Amino acid sequence: MLQIDNLQAEVVGKPILKGLSLTVNAGEIHAIMGPNGAGKSTTGYVLGGRPGYEVTGGSVSFDGQDLLAMAPHERAAAGLFLGFQYPVEIPGVSNVQFLREALNAQRRARGVEPLSGGEFLKLAREKAGLLRMDMDMLKRPVNVGFSGGEKKRAEMVQMGILDPKLAILDETDSGLDIDALRICGEGINAIMRRPDKAVILITHYQRLLDYVKPDKVHVLAGGRIVRSGGPELAHELEREGYEAVA
Amino acid sequence: MSLAGALLPSRKDEDFRYADLGALARVWPVPVEEIALGPGESRALVLVPEGDAVARHLAITLGPGARFDLRVLNAGHAYGRVAIDVRLGQGADFTCGAAQVGGGKQVLEVVTNVVHAGSDATSRQVVRSVLSGQATGTYLGKVTVERGADGTDGEQSVRAMLLDRTATANARPELEIYADDVKCAHGCAVGELDAQGLFYLQSRGLPPAEAKRLMLQAFLAEAFVGADAEEQLNQAALAALEALL
Repeated sequence: MLQIDNLQAEVVGKPILKGLSLTVNAGEIHAIMGPNGAGKSTTGYVLGGRPGYEVTGGSVSFDGQDLLAMAPHERAAAGLFLGFQYPVEIPGVSNVQFLREALNAQRRARGVEPLSGGEFLKLAREKAGLLRMDMDMLKRPVNVGFSGGEKKRAEMVQMGILDPKLAILDETDSGLDIDALRICGEGINAIMRRPDKAVILITHYQRLLDYVKPDKVHVLAGGRIVRSGGPELAHELEREGYEAVA
Repeated sequence: MSLAGALLPSRKDEDFRYADLGALARVWPVPVEEIALGPGESRALVLVPEGDAVARHLAITLGPGARFDLRVLNAGHAYGRVAIDVRLGQGADFTCGAAQVGGGKQVLEVVTNVVHAGSDATSRQVVRSVLSGQATGTYLGKVTVERGADGTDGEQSVRAMLLDRTATANARPELEIYADDVKCAHGCAVGELDAQGLFYLQSRGLPPAEAKRLMLQAFLAEAFVGADAEEQLNQAALAALEALL
Protein backbone atom coordinates (compact mmCIF):
# COMPACT_ATOMS: atom_id res chain seq x y z
CA MET A 1 0.00 0.00 0.00
CA LEU A 2 2.75 2.44 1.03
CA GLN A 3 6.31 2.25 -0.12
CA ILE A 4 8.77 4.81 1.17
CA ASP A 5 12.14 4.60 -0.45
CA ASN A 6 15.23 6.46 0.75
CA LEU A 7 13.19 9.52 1.72
CA GLN A 8 15.11 12.68 2.53
CA ALA A 9 13.53 15.89 3.75
CA GLU A 10 14.47 19.14 5.39
CA VAL A 11 12.79 21.85 7.37
CA VAL A 12 14.05 25.43 6.96
CA GLY A 13 17.23 24.11 5.37
CA LYS A 14 17.93 21.58 8.13
CA PRO A 15 18.00 17.94 7.01
CA ILE A 16 15.69 15.83 9.20
CA LEU A 17 14.92 12.69 7.22
CA LYS A 18 18.11 11.09 5.91
CA GLY A 19 17.15 8.07 3.88
CA LEU A 20 14.00 6.66 5.43
CA SER A 21 12.69 3.46 3.85
CA LEU A 22 9.55 1.63 4.92
CA THR A 23 7.00 -0.66 3.30
CA VAL A 24 3.50 -0.99 4.70
CA ASN A 25 1.11 -3.57 3.28
CA ALA A 26 -2.67 -3.61 3.48
CA GLY A 27 -3.89 -5.22 6.68
CA GLU A 28 -0.81 -4.21 8.68
CA ILE A 29 -0.31 -1.98 11.66
CA HIS A 30 3.15 -0.50 12.05
CA ALA A 31 4.53 1.43 15.00
CA ILE A 32 7.32 3.95 14.56
CA MET A 33 9.06 4.70 17.82
CA GLY A 34 12.05 6.83 18.53
CA PRO A 35 13.63 9.49 20.69
CA ASN A 36 12.79 13.20 20.51
CA GLY A 37 14.13 14.85 17.39
CA ALA A 38 14.43 11.59 15.47
CA GLY A 39 12.11 12.83 12.70
CA LYS A 40 8.89 11.09 13.75
CA SER A 41 6.56 14.07 13.35
CA THR A 42 8.44 15.18 10.25
CA THR A 43 7.69 11.79 8.70
CA GLY A 44 3.97 12.35 9.27
CA TYR A 45 4.03 15.91 7.94
CA VAL A 46 6.06 15.00 4.86
CA LEU A 47 3.63 12.20 4.03
CA GLY A 48 0.70 14.57 4.62
CA GLY A 49 2.27 17.27 2.43
CA ARG A 50 2.63 20.05 4.94
CA PRO A 51 4.13 23.24 3.44
CA GLY A 52 7.63 23.96 4.74
CA TYR A 53 8.64 20.30 4.80
CA GLU A 54 10.76 20.02 1.73
CA VAL A 55 11.50 16.66 0.16
CA THR A 56 15.07 16.63 -1.13
CA GLY A 57 15.31 13.01 -2.25
CA GLY A 58 13.69 9.61 -2.41
CA SER A 59 10.19 8.55 -3.35
CA VAL A 60 6.86 7.58 -1.81
CA SER A 61 4.35 5.44 -3.61
CA PHE A 62 0.81 5.11 -2.24
CA ASP A 63 -1.40 2.54 -3.93
CA GLY A 64 0.83 2.83 -6.98
CA GLN A 65 0.55 6.64 -7.15
CA ASP A 66 3.36 9.13 -6.58
CA LEU A 67 2.26 10.52 -3.22
CA LEU A 68 4.78 13.36 -3.20
CA ALA A 69 3.38 14.79 -6.43
CA MET A 70 -0.06 15.24 -4.86
CA ALA A 71 -1.45 18.26 -2.97
CA PRO A 72 -2.56 17.63 0.65
CA HIS A 73 -6.27 17.46 -0.25
CA GLU A 74 -5.52 15.03 -3.09
CA ARG A 75 -3.65 12.77 -0.69
CA ALA A 76 -6.72 12.78 1.57
CA ALA A 77 -9.00 11.94 -1.35
CA ALA A 78 -6.63 9.11 -2.28
CA GLY A 79 -7.23 7.65 1.21
CA LEU A 80 -4.54 9.09 3.47
CA PHE A 81 -5.39 10.37 6.94
CA LEU A 82 -2.93 12.24 9.14
CA GLY A 83 -3.76 12.30 12.85
CA PHE A 84 -2.16 15.41 14.35
CA GLN A 85 -0.14 15.45 17.53
CA TYR A 86 -1.56 18.92 18.14
CA PRO A 87 -4.94 19.15 16.40
CA VAL A 88 -5.53 22.70 15.19
CA GLU A 89 -8.35 24.91 16.49
CA ILE A 90 -10.54 26.49 13.81
CA PRO A 91 -12.75 29.13 15.45
CA GLY A 92 -16.21 29.58 13.99
CA VAL A 93 -16.21 26.42 11.88
CA SER A 94 -18.28 23.60 13.36
CA ASN A 95 -16.98 20.03 13.22
CA VAL A 96 -20.15 18.95 11.47
CA GLN A 97 -19.89 21.55 8.72
CA PHE A 98 -16.16 21.03 8.27
CA LEU A 99 -16.35 17.22 8.14
CA ARG A 100 -19.34 17.14 5.85
CA GLU A 101 -17.62 19.51 3.40
CA ALA A 102 -14.35 17.57 3.69
CA LEU A 103 -16.01 14.19 3.18
CA ASN A 104 -18.04 15.41 0.23
CA ALA A 105 -14.97 17.04 -1.33
CA GLN A 106 -13.25 13.64 -1.09
CA ARG A 107 -16.26 11.87 -2.55
CA ARG A 108 -16.47 14.32 -5.45
CA ALA A 109 -12.77 13.79 -6.14
CA ARG A 110 -13.43 10.03 -6.30
CA GLY A 111 -16.51 10.49 -8.49
CA VAL A 112 -18.93 9.39 -5.75
CA GLU A 113 -22.22 11.17 -4.97
CA PRO A 114 -21.97 13.56 -2.00
CA LEU A 115 -23.85 12.63 1.19
CA SER A 116 -26.99 14.55 2.10
CA GLY A 117 -27.21 16.38 5.43
CA GLY A 118 -29.28 13.59 6.95
CA GLU A 119 -27.02 10.80 5.72
CA PHE A 120 -23.98 12.63 6.99
CA LEU A 121 -25.44 13.18 10.46
CA LYS A 122 -26.30 9.50 10.75
CA LEU A 123 -22.71 8.59 9.89
CA ALA A 124 -21.29 11.21 12.26
CA ARG A 125 -23.52 9.99 15.11
CA GLU A 126 -22.36 6.42 14.59
CA LYS A 127 -18.66 7.32 14.62
CA ALA A 128 -19.00 9.72 17.54
CA GLY A 129 -20.69 6.89 19.47
CA LEU A 130 -17.76 4.64 18.73
CA LEU A 131 -15.44 7.12 20.43
CA ARG A 132 -18.06 7.89 23.12
CA MET A 133 -18.15 11.50 22.10
CA ASP A 134 -21.30 13.56 22.52
CA MET A 135 -22.86 14.78 19.26
CA ASP A 136 -23.14 18.24 20.83
CA MET A 137 -19.35 18.45 20.78
CA LEU A 138 -19.37 17.88 17.05
CA LYS A 139 -21.64 20.88 16.64
CA ARG A 140 -19.03 23.07 18.32
CA PRO A 141 -16.16 24.77 16.46
CA VAL A 142 -13.32 22.45 15.44
CA ASN A 143 -11.20 21.69 18.53
CA VAL A 144 -11.96 25.07 20.14
CA GLY A 145 -12.17 24.68 23.90
CA PHE A 146 -11.58 20.93 23.68
CA SER A 147 -9.28 19.37 26.27
CA GLY A 148 -6.20 17.51 25.04
CA GLY A 149 -8.01 14.19 25.31
CA GLU A 150 -11.14 15.49 23.58
CA LYS A 151 -9.05 16.75 20.68
CA LYS A 152 -7.53 13.33 20.18
CA ARG A 153 -10.90 11.60 20.37
CA ALA A 154 -12.28 14.14 17.89
CA GLU A 155 -9.40 13.22 15.57
CA MET A 156 -10.48 9.59 15.77
CA VAL A 157 -14.09 10.56 15.04
CA GLN A 158 -12.82 12.43 11.98
CA MET A 159 -10.92 9.32 10.94
CA GLY A 160 -14.05 7.22 11.36
CA ILE A 161 -16.12 9.56 9.23
CA LEU A 162 -13.52 10.01 6.50
CA ASP A 163 -12.79 6.25 6.43
CA PRO A 164 -9.22 6.36 5.04
CA LYS A 165 -7.18 3.47 3.64
CA LEU A 166 -4.05 4.49 5.50
CA ALA A 167 -3.91 6.39 8.78
CA ILE A 168 -0.69 7.94 10.04
CA LEU A 169 -1.32 8.77 13.68
CA ASP A 170 1.23 11.12 15.22
CA GLU A 171 1.35 10.66 18.98
CA THR A 172 -2.36 10.09 19.26
CA ASP A 173 -1.63 8.74 22.75
CA SER A 174 -0.01 11.91 24.10
CA GLY A 175 -2.17 13.87 26.49
CA LEU A 176 -4.60 11.00 27.07
CA ASP A 177 -5.63 9.65 30.44
CA ILE A 178 -5.97 5.89 30.87
CA ASP A 179 -9.66 5.72 29.95
CA ALA A 180 -9.28 7.97 26.91
CA LEU A 181 -6.27 5.94 25.80
CA ARG A 182 -8.36 2.77 25.86
CA ILE A 183 -11.27 4.44 24.03
CA CYS A 184 -8.92 5.79 21.32
CA GLY A 185 -7.19 2.41 21.03
CA GLU A 186 -10.51 0.61 20.61
CA GLY A 187 -11.57 3.25 18.09
CA ILE A 188 -8.44 2.70 16.01
CA ASN A 189 -9.05 -1.05 16.02
CA ALA A 190 -12.72 -0.72 15.12
CA ILE A 191 -12.11 1.72 12.28
CA MET A 192 -8.79 0.62 10.84
CA ARG A 193 -8.10 -3.03 11.61
CA ARG A 194 -9.29 -4.38 8.27
CA PRO A 195 -7.61 -6.40 5.54
CA ASP A 196 -7.83 -3.45 3.14
CA LYS A 197 -6.51 -0.78 5.53
CA ALA A 198 -3.25 0.03 7.24
CA VAL A 199 -2.02 2.18 10.13
CA ILE A 200 1.27 3.80 11.06
CA LEU A 201 1.34 4.66 14.75
CA ILE A 202 3.98 7.20 15.68
CA THR A 203 4.58 7.04 19.41
CA HIS A 204 7.09 7.41 22.21
CA TYR A 205 5.58 4.80 24.45
CA GLN A 206 4.55 1.18 24.58
CA ARG A 207 1.22 1.91 26.30
CA LEU A 208 -0.88 2.62 23.15
CA LEU A 209 0.50 -0.60 21.69
CA ASP A 210 -1.15 -2.53 24.54
CA TYR A 211 -4.47 -1.64 22.92
CA VAL A 212 -3.49 -1.49 19.27
CA LYS A 213 -1.21 -4.47 18.68
CA PRO A 214 1.32 -3.66 15.97
CA ASP A 215 2.47 -6.20 13.43
CA LYS A 216 5.78 -4.44 13.05
CA VAL A 217 7.76 -2.01 15.17
CA HIS A 218 10.44 0.30 13.81
CA VAL A 219 12.96 2.47 15.59
CA LEU A 220 13.51 5.84 13.95
CA ALA A 221 16.71 7.62 14.91
CA GLY A 222 18.68 10.30 13.13
CA GLY A 223 16.19 10.47 10.28
CA ARG A 224 16.17 6.81 9.27
CA ILE A 225 14.85 3.47 10.42
CA VAL A 226 17.67 1.88 12.38
CA ARG A 227 15.94 -1.28 13.55
CA SER A 228 12.76 -3.18 12.77
CA GLY A 229 11.12 -6.08 14.50
CA GLY A 230 7.89 -7.52 15.84
CA PRO A 231 5.83 -6.33 18.83
CA GLU A 232 8.53 -7.57 21.21
CA LEU A 233 10.81 -4.75 20.04
CA ALA A 234 8.52 -2.20 21.68
CA HIS A 235 8.87 -4.01 25.00
CA GLU A 236 12.60 -4.13 24.62
CA LEU A 237 12.66 -0.37 23.98
CA GLU A 238 10.45 0.29 26.98
CA ARG A 239 12.81 -1.79 29.15
CA GLU A 240 16.16 -0.68 27.90
CA GLY A 241 15.67 2.71 26.28
CA TYR A 242 16.38 3.93 22.78
CA GLU A 243 20.09 4.39 23.24
CA ALA A 244 20.70 0.77 24.18
CA VAL A 245 18.48 -0.66 21.46
CA ALA A 246 19.20 1.60 18.50
CA MET B 1 -32.46 65.84 7.55
CA SER B 2 -29.36 67.96 7.94
CA LEU B 3 -26.24 68.01 5.84
CA ALA B 4 -22.87 67.19 7.37
CA GLY B 5 -21.13 70.37 6.32
CA ALA B 6 -21.32 71.58 2.76
CA LEU B 7 -17.58 71.53 2.10
CA LEU B 8 -15.98 68.31 0.90
CA PRO B 9 -13.72 67.04 3.68
CA SER B 10 -9.98 66.84 3.14
CA ARG B 11 -7.40 64.34 4.41
CA LYS B 12 -6.78 66.68 7.31
CA ASP B 13 -10.16 65.66 8.69
CA GLU B 14 -9.27 62.73 10.91
CA ASP B 15 -12.48 60.88 10.05
CA PHE B 16 -11.68 61.08 6.33
CA ARG B 17 -7.96 60.41 6.47
CA TYR B 18 -8.24 57.15 4.52
CA ALA B 19 -11.31 58.01 2.42
CA ASP B 20 -11.38 57.94 -1.37
CA LEU B 21 -12.04 61.65 -1.72
CA GLY B 22 -12.59 61.48 -5.47
CA ALA B 23 -15.37 58.94 -4.99
CA LEU B 24 -16.68 60.83 -2.00
CA ALA B 25 -17.05 63.97 -4.13
CA ARG B 26 -19.51 62.08 -6.32
CA VAL B 27 -21.86 61.40 -3.43
CA TRP B 28 -21.22 64.53 -1.39
CA PRO B 29 -22.91 65.98 0.57
CA VAL B 30 -23.92 62.95 2.63
CA PRO B 31 -27.20 63.46 4.43
CA VAL B 32 -27.23 62.56 8.11
CA GLU B 33 -29.95 60.01 8.79
CA GLU B 34 -31.24 60.64 12.28
CA ILE B 35 -32.70 57.88 14.38
CA ALA B 36 -33.97 58.43 17.90
CA LEU B 37 -35.22 55.75 20.25
CA GLY B 38 -37.25 56.64 23.29
CA PRO B 39 -36.86 55.10 26.74
CA GLY B 40 -36.89 51.30 26.62
CA GLU B 41 -37.42 51.13 22.86
CA SER B 42 -35.53 48.59 20.85
CA ARG B 43 -34.66 48.30 17.18
CA ALA B 44 -32.54 46.24 14.81
CA LEU B 45 -31.18 47.60 11.55
CA VAL B 46 -29.33 45.80 8.79
CA LEU B 47 -27.34 47.96 6.43
CA VAL B 48 -26.12 46.47 3.19
CA PRO B 49 -25.42 49.51 1.04
CA GLU B 50 -25.48 49.05 -2.72
CA GLY B 51 -23.80 51.02 -5.46
CA ASP B 52 -20.42 51.79 -6.88
CA ALA B 53 -19.77 54.70 -4.56
CA VAL B 54 -21.83 54.90 -1.41
CA ALA B 55 -21.63 56.84 1.81
CA ARG B 56 -24.07 56.62 4.68
CA HIS B 57 -24.09 58.61 7.86
CA LEU B 58 -26.36 57.62 10.73
CA ALA B 59 -26.85 59.59 13.91
CA ILE B 60 -28.51 57.46 16.54
CA THR B 61 -29.75 58.71 19.88
CA LEU B 62 -30.74 56.13 22.45
CA GLY B 63 -32.93 57.09 25.38
CA PRO B 64 -32.62 55.43 28.78
CA GLY B 65 -32.74 51.66 28.50
CA ALA B 66 -33.09 51.70 24.70
CA ARG B 67 -31.41 49.00 22.64
CA PHE B 68 -30.09 49.23 19.10
CA ASP B 69 -28.64 46.36 17.10
CA LEU B 70 -26.90 47.49 13.92
CA ARG B 71 -25.33 45.09 11.43
CA VAL B 72 -23.42 46.25 8.39
CA LEU B 73 -22.10 44.43 5.36
CA ASN B 74 -19.84 46.80 3.46
CA ALA B 75 -18.80 44.98 0.30
CA GLY B 76 -18.52 45.25 -3.42
CA HIS B 77 -18.18 49.02 -3.75
CA ALA B 78 -15.40 50.97 -5.39
CA TYR B 79 -15.92 53.19 -2.36
CA GLY B 80 -18.13 52.32 0.57
CA ARG B 81 -18.35 54.39 3.72
CA VAL B 82 -20.57 53.87 6.72
CA ALA B 83 -20.34 56.50 9.45
CA ILE B 84 -22.26 56.04 12.67
CA ASP B 85 -22.67 58.48 15.53
CA VAL B 86 -24.33 57.08 18.61
CA ARG B 87 -25.32 58.75 21.84
CA LEU B 88 -26.33 56.42 24.65
CA GLY B 89 -28.53 57.43 27.53
CA GLN B 90 -28.57 55.72 30.90
CA GLY B 91 -28.63 51.93 30.67
CA ALA B 92 -28.88 51.97 26.85
CA ASP B 93 -27.29 49.23 24.76
CA PHE B 94 -25.69 49.52 21.34
CA THR B 95 -24.37 46.68 19.21
CA CYS B 96 -22.55 47.21 15.95
CA GLY B 97 -21.38 44.23 13.94
CA ALA B 98 -19.75 45.15 10.67
CA ALA B 99 -18.10 43.05 7.99
CA GLN B 100 -16.14 44.51 5.11
CA VAL B 101 -15.12 42.50 2.07
CA GLY B 102 -13.05 44.19 -0.60
CA GLY B 103 -10.74 43.42 -3.48
CA GLY B 104 -9.21 45.23 -6.43
CA LYS B 105 -8.72 48.86 -5.53
CA GLN B 106 -11.82 49.13 -3.41
CA VAL B 107 -11.84 51.46 -0.43
CA LEU B 108 -14.16 50.52 2.41
CA GLU B 109 -14.58 52.19 5.75
CA VAL B 110 -16.56 52.09 8.91
CA VAL B 111 -16.29 55.16 11.10
CA THR B 112 -17.98 55.18 14.48
CA ASN B 113 -18.32 57.75 17.18
CA VAL B 114 -19.98 56.30 20.27
CA VAL B 115 -20.74 58.56 23.21
CA HIS B 116 -21.76 57.13 26.55
CA ALA B 117 -23.70 60.07 27.95
CA GLY B 118 -25.58 58.24 30.71
CA SER B 119 -24.43 55.75 33.29
CA ASP B 120 -24.50 51.95 32.97
CA ALA B 121 -24.83 51.89 29.19
CA THR B 122 -23.15 49.19 27.13
CA SER B 123 -21.72 49.29 23.63
CA ARG B 124 -20.15 46.48 21.70
CA GLN B 125 -18.53 46.84 18.29
CA VAL B 126 -17.20 43.96 16.25
CA VAL B 127 -15.60 44.75 12.90
CA ARG B 128 -14.16 42.09 10.60
CA SER B 129 -12.54 42.90 7.25
CA VAL B 130 -11.27 40.63 4.50
CA LEU B 131 -9.14 42.43 1.94
CA SER B 132 -7.39 41.28 -1.19
CA GLY B 133 -5.56 42.92 -4.11
CA GLN B 134 -4.89 46.56 -3.38
CA ALA B 135 -8.06 47.10 -1.40
CA THR B 136 -8.13 49.29 1.69
CA GLY B 137 -10.33 48.57 4.68
CA THR B 138 -10.54 51.07 7.50
CA TYR B 139 -12.12 51.20 10.91
CA LEU B 140 -11.97 54.42 12.86
CA GLY B 141 -13.82 54.11 16.11
CA LYS B 142 -14.01 56.48 19.01
CA VAL B 143 -15.71 55.72 22.30
CA THR B 144 -16.23 58.67 24.61
CA VAL B 145 -17.38 58.18 28.17
CA GLU B 146 -18.74 61.46 29.46
CA ARG B 147 -18.46 62.77 32.99
CA GLY B 148 -20.91 60.90 35.18
CA ALA B 149 -21.33 57.96 32.83
CA ASP B 150 -20.15 55.54 35.52
CA GLY B 151 -20.68 51.85 35.02
CA THR B 152 -20.05 52.14 31.29
CA ASP B 153 -19.13 48.93 29.49
CA GLY B 154 -17.68 49.54 26.04
CA GLU B 155 -15.98 47.06 23.81
CA GLN B 156 -14.30 47.31 20.42
CA SER B 157 -13.02 44.24 18.66
CA VAL B 158 -11.40 44.95 15.32
CA ARG B 159 -9.72 42.40 13.11
CA ALA B 160 -8.66 42.38 9.49
CA MET B 161 -7.43 39.57 7.30
CA LEU B 162 -5.18 40.43 4.40
CA LEU B 163 -5.23 37.91 1.56
CA ASP B 164 -2.48 39.71 -0.33
CA ARG B 165 0.50 41.66 0.91
CA THR B 166 -0.67 44.55 -1.28
CA ALA B 167 -3.95 45.05 0.62
CA THR B 168 -4.17 47.59 3.44
CA ALA B 169 -6.03 47.61 6.72
CA ASN B 170 -6.29 50.67 8.91
CA ALA B 171 -7.63 50.35 12.41
CA ARG B 172 -7.82 53.10 14.99
CA PRO B 173 -9.84 52.33 18.08
CA GLU B 174 -9.87 55.28 20.46
CA LEU B 175 -11.06 55.79 24.00
CA GLU B 176 -11.78 59.03 25.83
CA ILE B 177 -12.89 58.51 29.39
CA TYR B 178 -14.10 61.16 31.80
CA ALA B 179 -15.87 58.91 34.30
CA ASP B 180 -14.96 56.41 37.00
CA ASP B 181 -15.77 52.76 37.30
CA VAL B 182 -15.66 52.22 33.57
CA LYS B 183 -14.97 49.01 31.70
CA CYS B 184 -13.66 49.63 28.20
CA ALA B 185 -11.81 47.06 26.18
CA HIS B 186 -10.41 47.25 22.73
CA GLY B 187 -8.58 44.69 20.69
CA CYS B 188 -7.20 45.10 17.26
CA ALA B 189 -5.34 42.74 14.97
CA VAL B 190 -4.33 42.62 11.35
CA GLY B 191 -3.17 39.31 10.02
CA GLU B 192 -3.11 36.64 7.39
CA LEU B 193 -4.95 33.34 7.31
CA ASP B 194 -3.51 30.81 9.74
CA ALA B 195 -1.32 28.52 7.63
CA GLN B 196 -1.61 25.68 10.14
CA GLY B 197 -5.38 25.86 10.05
CA LEU B 198 -5.37 25.87 6.26
CA PHE B 199 -3.16 22.80 6.15
CA TYR B 200 -5.33 21.05 8.74
CA LEU B 201 -8.48 21.58 6.67
CA GLN B 202 -6.72 20.52 3.46
CA SER B 203 -5.35 17.40 5.12
CA ARG B 204 -8.96 16.32 5.58
CA GLY B 205 -9.71 16.69 1.89
CA LEU B 206 -10.80 20.30 1.38
CA PRO B 207 -9.21 21.89 -1.71
CA PRO B 208 -7.23 25.05 -0.87
CA ALA B 209 -9.90 27.49 -2.11
CA GLU B 210 -12.62 25.76 -0.06
CA ALA B 211 -10.44 25.66 3.04
CA LYS B 212 -9.76 29.37 2.66
CA ARG B 213 -13.42 30.17 2.08
CA LEU B 214 -14.49 28.18 5.14
CA MET B 215 -12.05 29.99 7.41
CA LEU B 216 -12.91 33.44 6.06
CA GLN B 217 -16.61 32.72 6.29
CA ALA B 218 -16.18 31.89 9.98
CA PHE B 219 -14.08 35.00 10.49
CA LEU B 220 -16.70 37.33 9.00
CA ALA B 221 -19.51 35.56 10.83
CA GLU B 222 -18.15 36.91 14.11
CA ALA B 223 -19.63 40.29 13.12
CA PHE B 224 -23.13 38.82 12.86
CA VAL B 225 -23.36 36.61 15.94
CA GLY B 226 -26.68 37.11 17.68
CA ALA B 227 -28.31 39.17 14.89
CA ASP B 228 -31.94 38.43 14.00
CA ALA B 229 -30.88 38.21 10.38
CA GLU B 230 -27.72 36.21 11.17
CA GLU B 231 -28.35 33.53 8.56
CA GLN B 232 -29.13 35.98 5.73
CA LEU B 233 -26.14 38.14 6.63
CA ASN B 234 -23.84 35.13 6.60
CA GLN B 235 -25.17 34.14 3.20
CA ALA B 236 -24.65 37.65 1.84
CA ALA B 237 -21.13 37.76 3.28
CA LEU B 238 -20.39 34.40 1.68
CA ALA B 239 -21.54 35.69 -1.70
CA ALA B 240 -19.24 38.71 -1.30
CA LEU B 241 -16.42 36.40 -0.31
CA GLU B 242 -16.94 34.12 -3.27
CA ALA B 243 -16.79 37.12 -5.58
CA LEU B 244 -13.40 37.85 -4.06
CA LEU B 245 -11.81 34.39 -4.12
